[in-house]
Amino acid sequence: MSWIEDIISPKTRKWEEFYRNRWQYDKVVRSTHGVNCTGGCSWNIHVKDGIVVWEMQALDYPLLENGLPPYEPRGCQRGISYSWYLYSPIRVKFPLMRGALLDLYKAEKSKTGDPYQAWANIQNDPEKRARYQRARGKGGFRRVQWDEVLELIAASNLYTVKTYGPDRLIGFSPIPAMSMMSYASGARYLQLMGGVNLSFYDWYCDLPNAFPEIWGEQTDVCESADWYNSKFCVSMGANLGMTRTPDIHFFSESRHNGTKTVVMSPDFSMVAKHADQWIPCHAGSDGAFWMAVTHIILKEWHHQKQTPYFLEYTKRYTDATFLVELNPKDNYFEAGKVLRANHIPKYQDVEHGDWKFLCIDAESEDLKSPKGTVGYRWGKEKGKWNLKYEDGETNEQYDPLLTLLGKQDDVLMVDFPEYGLSKHSKRGVPVRYIDTVDGRKVPVTTIYDLMMGHYGVGRGLEGSYPEDYDNKEEAYTPAWQEIFTGIGRKTVIKFAEEWASTAEATNGKCMVIVGAAINHWFHGNLMYRASIMTQMLTGCNGVNGGGMNHYVGQEKLAPAESWGAIMGAKDWQGANRLQQAPIWHYINSDQWRYDGNQATYNSIPEGENPLGNMHSADWVVMSVRNGWMPFYPQYNKHNFAIVEEARKAGADTDEKVFAHVVEKLKSKELLHSVVDPDDPVNFPRVWFIWRGNALMSSAKGHEYMLNHYLGTHHNDIADEVAEEFVKDIVYRESAPSGKMDLVIDINFRMDTSALYSDIVLPTASWYEKADLNSTDLHSFIHPLSEAIPPVWESKTDWQIFQAIAKKVSELAEKYIPEPKTDLVNLPLSHDTVDEISQTKLQDWSKGECEPIPGKTMHKMALVERDYTRIYQKYITLGPNIAKKGLGAHGNHYMCEDVYAEMVNAPRNTLQENGTTYPSIKEDVEAANAVLKLSTLTNGKLNYRAYKNMEEKTGLILADLGEGSKDVLLDYKALQAQPRRYNTSPVWSGLMNDGRAYAAYTYNVDRLVPWRTLTGRQHFYLDHDGYIAFGEHLPTYKPSPLPEVYGDLRKTVNDGKAKMLNCLTPHGKWHIHSTYGDTLRMLTLSRGMEPCWINEQDAAELGIKDNDWVECYNDHGVYCTRACVSARIPKGVCIVYHSPERTYSVPKSQVRGNRRAGGHNSFTRVHLKPNLMVGGYGQFTYHFNYWGPVGVNRDTHLLVRKMDKVVF
Amino acid sequence: MNIRSQISMVFHLDKCIGCHTCSIACKNIWTDRKGAEYMWWNNVETKPGTGYPTKWEDQDIYKGGWEKNGNSVSLKGAGKLRGLKNIFHNPHLPILEDYYEPWTYKYEDLFNAPEGDDQPTARPVSLVTGEPIDIKAGPNWDDDLGGSPDYARNDVNFKDLSAAEQESLFQLERMTFHYLPRICNHCLNPACVGSCPSGAIYKRGEDGVVLINQERCRAWRMCVTACPYKKSYYNWSTGKSEKCILCYPRLESGQAPACMHSCVGRIRYLGVMLYDADKIVQVASCDEDQLVDAQLDIYLDPYDPEVIRQAKENGIADSTIKAAQDSPVYKFVKVWKIALPLHPEFRTLPNLFYVPPMLPAMASVDADGIYDSTTESLWAGIEKSRLPMKYLANLFTAGNEEKVKQVLKKLLGVKIYRRDVTVGDLSQEEVTGAMSAVNMSGEEAEAIYRLTSLATFEERFVIPPAHREESIEMIEATADTKGETGFGFKFKPVRGL
Repeated sequence: MSWIEDIISPKTRKWEEFYRNRWQYDKVVRSTHGVNCTGGCSWNIHVKDGIVVWEMQALDYPLLENGLPPYEPRGCQRGISYSWYLYSPIRVKFPLMRGALLDLYKAEKSKTGDPYQAWANIQNDPEKRARYQRARGKGGFRRVQWDEVLELIAASNLYTVKTYGPDRLIGFSPIPAMSMMSYASGARYLQLMGGVNLSFYDWYCDLPNAFPEIWGEQTDVCESADWYNSKFCVSMGANLGMTRTPDIHFFSESRHNGTKTVVMSPDFSMVAKHADQWIPCHAGSDGAFWMAVTHIILKEWHHQKQTPYFLEYTKRYTDATFLVELNPKDNYFEAGKVLRANHIPKYQDVEHGDWKFLCIDAESEDLKSPKGTVGYRWGKEKGKWNLKYEDGETNEQYDPLLTLLGKQDDVLMVDFPEYGLSKHSKRGVPVRYIDTVDGRKVPVTTIYDLMMGHYGVGRGLEGSYPEDYDNKEEAYTPAWQEIFTGIGRKTVIKFAEEWASTAEATNGKCMVIVGAAINHWFHGNLMYRASIMTQMLTGCNGVNGGGMNHYVGQEKLAPAESWGAIMGAKDWQGANRLQQAPIWHYINSDQWRYDGNQATYNSIPEGENPLGNMHSADWVVMSVRNGWMPFYPQYNKHNFAIVEEARKAGADTDEKVFAHVVEKLKSKELLHSVVDPDDPVNFPRVWFIWRGNALMSSAKGHEYMLNHYLGTHHNDIADEVAEEFVKDIVYRESAPSGKMDLVIDINFRMDTSALYSDIVLPTASWYEKADLNSTDLHSFIHPLSEAIPPVWESKTDWQIFQAIAKKVSELAEKYIPEPKTDLVNLPLSHDTVDEISQTKLQDWSKGECEPIPGKTMHKMALVERDYTRIYQKYITLGPNIAKKGLGAHGNHYMCEDVYAEMVNAPRNTLQENGTTYPSIKEDVEAANAVLKLSTLTNGKLNYRAYKNMEEKTGLILADLGEGSKDVLLDYKALQAQPRRYNTSPVWSGLMNDGRAYAAYTYNVDRLVPWRTLTGRQHFYLDHDGYIAFGEHLPTYKPSPLPEVYGDLRKTVNDGKAKMLNCLTPHGKWHIHSTYGDTLRMLTLSRGMEPCWINEQDAAELGIKDNDWVECYNDHGVYCTRACVSARIPKGVCIVYHSPERTYSVPKSQVRGNRRAGGHNSFTRVHLKPNLMVGGYGQFTYHFNYWGPVGVNRDTHLLVRKMDKVVF
Repeated sequence: MNIRSQISMVFHLDKCIGCHTCSIACKNIWTDRKGAEYMWWNNVETKPGTGYPTKWEDQDIYKGGWEKNGNSVSLKGAGKLRGLKNIFHNPHLPILEDYYEPWTYKYEDLFNAPEGDDQPTARPVSLVTGEPIDIKAGPNWDDDLGGSPDYARNDVNFKDLSAAEQESLFQLERMTFHYLPRICNHCLNPACVGSCPSGAIYKRGEDGVVLINQERCRAWRMCVTACPYKKSYYNWSTGKSEKCILCYPRLESGQAPACMHSCVGRIRYLGVMLYDADKIVQVASCDEDQLVDAQLDIYLDPYDPEVIRQAKENGIADSTIKAAQDSPVYKFVKVWKIALPLHPEFRTLPNLFYVPPMLPAMASVDADGIYDSTTESLWAGIEKSRLPMKYLANLFTAGNEEKVKQVLKKLLGVKIYRRDVTVGDLSQEEVTGAMSAVNMSGEEAEAIYRLTSLATFEERFVIPPAHREESIEMIEATADTKGETGFGFKFKPVRGL
């Protein structure tokens, strides 16, 4: 007789149908989540009674090669909460408008009977304009009809185009990869109009500048399955459990496969529990740790052991063998520019001789001009852009000399500055003397030798080299790094040994996974470089299981070529206005006015240094004038008018129009808008925000935006301090408040941006539309699908912008019926011949050179705009696809046959004036156009692109596309099962036969150059700007000190508060601000986003767990509750990114009982100037690819217990 | 022998991320309704911590589980008899504050607020009273050591550690935490079943799933007290108690339970165990230090011909026996012995087993505050574990440290073995030493590695066919069900039935 009786009696169990009935549904549809998150997870959406009831992960990912764990299931706590949004009380169901504006508009419209005039009347009356601007964010929404709101939007857009120019129409939407067609909707509309798209990857501070610096690549990383291939895996400043939730299993599973895992993070974070070793470097000091690791590896594995794998890799795949000129200064030398081919007689007259760089052949000891440098990329003769050991001029084989040690003509003392302890060391470096064409004898050394000197590896040479690892004074010893990191020297030495011996045993399977906690520091690029140095010297990059894998933001829109064309409306016209957002917000939201001179908080070489001592705003001005960075609005004059005036003056060709503009600029009759941003004529006027939270989550300097963009209440108290520092930018007496005429938010939820906008349009959620999704975390492409039609009155983004375009085209018949010629400024751009335009830093506006568009200054283009045809163009795929072909990342292919197929198809076409075009009117049609025209999803085009690359490089490559020739994925195929895309020349990883994608395996395995100056991975960055800022060699610079950074100039500590460094890493209960407002996440967390604080810090302030606290500085205030925890280091507090102002935010007592803000209420953006340089190899602009980033990690604030809690 | 079949589980804590996807998968499907808001049939806790409901492990407070009573066991708190006497007064029942008061926000204010002079914000309001609420607790309040002075420091499992040892766990050199996801253990000796005065709780014969009959439940709430894991919850709207049903509607259609399906850390395994039901009392009442081994003995070798014969005799289907043979749980628990029950001293014979976590190696901090985490070999030995063995033993082996050590050594052995296979940079001495210390062959290490790291969904979840056609046939012709199922009217249970 059993103790507990099992029941099998069927009758007593009939009730079991109670729960069975719940597990019933009518259909399952595959979709995913469309913004912010890098997950790219395949979800099954369950629908019952026409209602989405829940979502579960799909499990049908195909397996990769044997020995790798499967991808299933993908999808985290946030994704599985999404269905809550659909029918929740925070869902935007109908179009909403701010009542104050609606009343004004209705009154003016009934007066004038004309929407355009009504809008004009409001804008021309400062009282009226201020009336609704003041009301922004303060309630008073009213439901409106779609027709009514579309009319107002169209009228405002046309008014802006006609009055100021189309480059005053601004759009912001982030990370297209996650729902690429939804992103493309607004971008396509704006680009057809002549408007501006703001970048996001750099603004979010997700762009790792070190990637373009070293590899000429925006970002390229391995898919998460490749983590598993690593045998020594370091997670640095990344919290994989928190942010890479569907991927971390590869990390934890790899431990059981004998991989050593190390976590570097100042707090004991979620991922730390998966570590074999936890290294809590002081916040922001990781760079110092890596500098010491490199010191050890150079000394022991390179110099002493001469590890063959490391030396051979360094020789072939890095710039280490190239020669650098040393410049005399006082009684020592300084590292200068890389030696150019045309500086020596042998190569004096070669094509692009300024852009070919030299090494020494080990056997003949002659100078050689290796193939693969940027000069060969853009040369007339093709087939020399490769990494073979061949001289580009003679085709002779050579073997490059890594070091001159033992073969030197001389040893010279070179000065190496170090910024941690602020000291200089003079160290002997072996040199050769080179006879140059101007008759000089110039000492040169290899980059490798320079690094040995820089890292203090003596090799028997004289100078102040540290004698051993215990020398604390000389950079970059293990003892030296202790000062900054708090990590013992023994730990660093053992770490370096384990790293290097693993790399040696596995040919480079050592990996660093890096997250936002590194990149968001002011000197993030240097911390990256410090770590990548170690990787390159041990042959880990371009190797499966190795390298630098940065997962911050989401850059990988896989089918980039076809999507790029549709997004930018390049199928109809050329030039796009794509704006670098960090410089744009810095200037337009007037944050520059509150910024001191960056030289006071940056670590730069001492002495007379005009470049180093310039205010960041003047750097922006210089970068725009010189064509390094774009800036829209462009001029303090209407672009149409400039062209008309030029033509009137006799400019009958495009070139003459440009010459006319250049003259006007030279004479200063015409000013770039960036020079005088506070002149009303230069304001951005209409702002579209969709798929993003531009006013909160990503709004560094949020309170300044509330003031200068919106003209509503704000909580910053900072004083303006820039006036005494700026020279070029016009400093107007008072900064304007409320620059934006209209802010339109397209959203499914009432987030902070929606709350502060004038118009909120209800958009379809991610279970209500067709779209495409890709990610760098895996190599599949996913669909978003319509599980249910858009609820209530919502529409998909693709349809919303179509509706706006239609209304604009209708109204344009009356207000702008004739086509206009728009003048579009364009920066010098990456992956074009612009990369070899500026050998040295010269400013034409200072008379240092002539302004030559496309050479010493930005480029210009003329674009015809017919506002009556915006809609027709929006819904059809234009003929340029066939005429010009497609490409991305330096690749190109023609596709007229595929375009013709689409035109001749029996369906999905549209006709206009007797011409047939492929239709992209419907969301699915647009998605299918992307898939049909990309190399990633159309094997025929892929093979073609490889063939073109063969011609460029002189290498055999098309075999890589052979196996996928017949692949053609369409939307329905993706809905059926996740499908892996093709190995394509657009991306640098090889994926054939189930191989996990790893960046640069294409370069390493197939000898295709990186898109850099030397074609190799760069240790050395010889741009004048880099030399001026002391960043030509990898180095360590400490975080700016709070006193000079300007967070706490005015905020006084009354003794009840404590200053803490506030970190805002990515959180567990949200993907940025999304999901954070769902009841699920709020219930599983603490009902709001708390401020995590160390136990002792809390005790000092009398703060107990769950007490209310204020976090404040000059920029604003965030009120929340304290989460007191031992796992947080002292001196630091954490507010996970990103709270909203929309839920549970009380009024601030330190800021006069006004509603407190969010985490960006205590930030202000700072720009690092050397990241603005351009026209120089990999330092050449591309959208989201290059430029300063919106750093925020160095922020300090005061924390105090809240006296009184008032809602 | 009285052989029965039980669906059992393994949660691999080393792989657990603490993401709570499991909790939401469950909530979305089962407890997203009135009266069930505060229920988390699946929840995840941070350890050290006090969990949900707070301090649930402390049976001095809650009196859950069984206690040894000679050669048998009796309920600690709410026995049927004791329960009946105390029907109106059950002092050991957790109150709402021990769980938390569920809340929502006045999101509508963001849309409806009239124009004012400051920004509206959505205030939290209680889901019980509808009034503004000062949130003081939640179902995961001490997540990631949140509020460590108040919660982590009061973890019941610290009981045998000295004050100094306890404090060191909150310093840099030993700081750590791990996660403990919990569902109903579908015990072999369930206290809830034993406590129910209405006989509403039962174990299903075919798979051992423990259910509360929503028609028979009379709201005594004895199960809430009796369950030492606090996995039975009272629905204040329907007046019935509810608990994890192991997603039987999914199991019956060959799908893994939702929490397991959704486990993105891939930590969960599910499979059949054959056991001898005649031994339950004997095992449940054995001495504390024998509990883990005794429980292992109850599970039978599904390849043993005698076991197979008797199982068939007991009506266990061939398909179930095959599932038992392929069961990943059997391998982890019985063959490799690297998965342990949670708090075996509660004597319910839980069917959910945990592989304990390997945490980072302990470090040291010198007088200048310099942190050193050097280890002699690539990996530290388990004696350098950040969490004291005693602590883990209090969780998983009723205090038997040796048992926990053996498991951790085996996990380390697998790592060392695979390092040797994939890199080959360890000394053969170290490799053979690590293997022989736990008496592990290369084959076994390889098998553990594969099921831990490479397992596919189908390998992790081996679900026995439910043969619903047979069950239905006991009530009506299955062919009739085919035509008729789904027709009819559905009614929710109503309070007081």
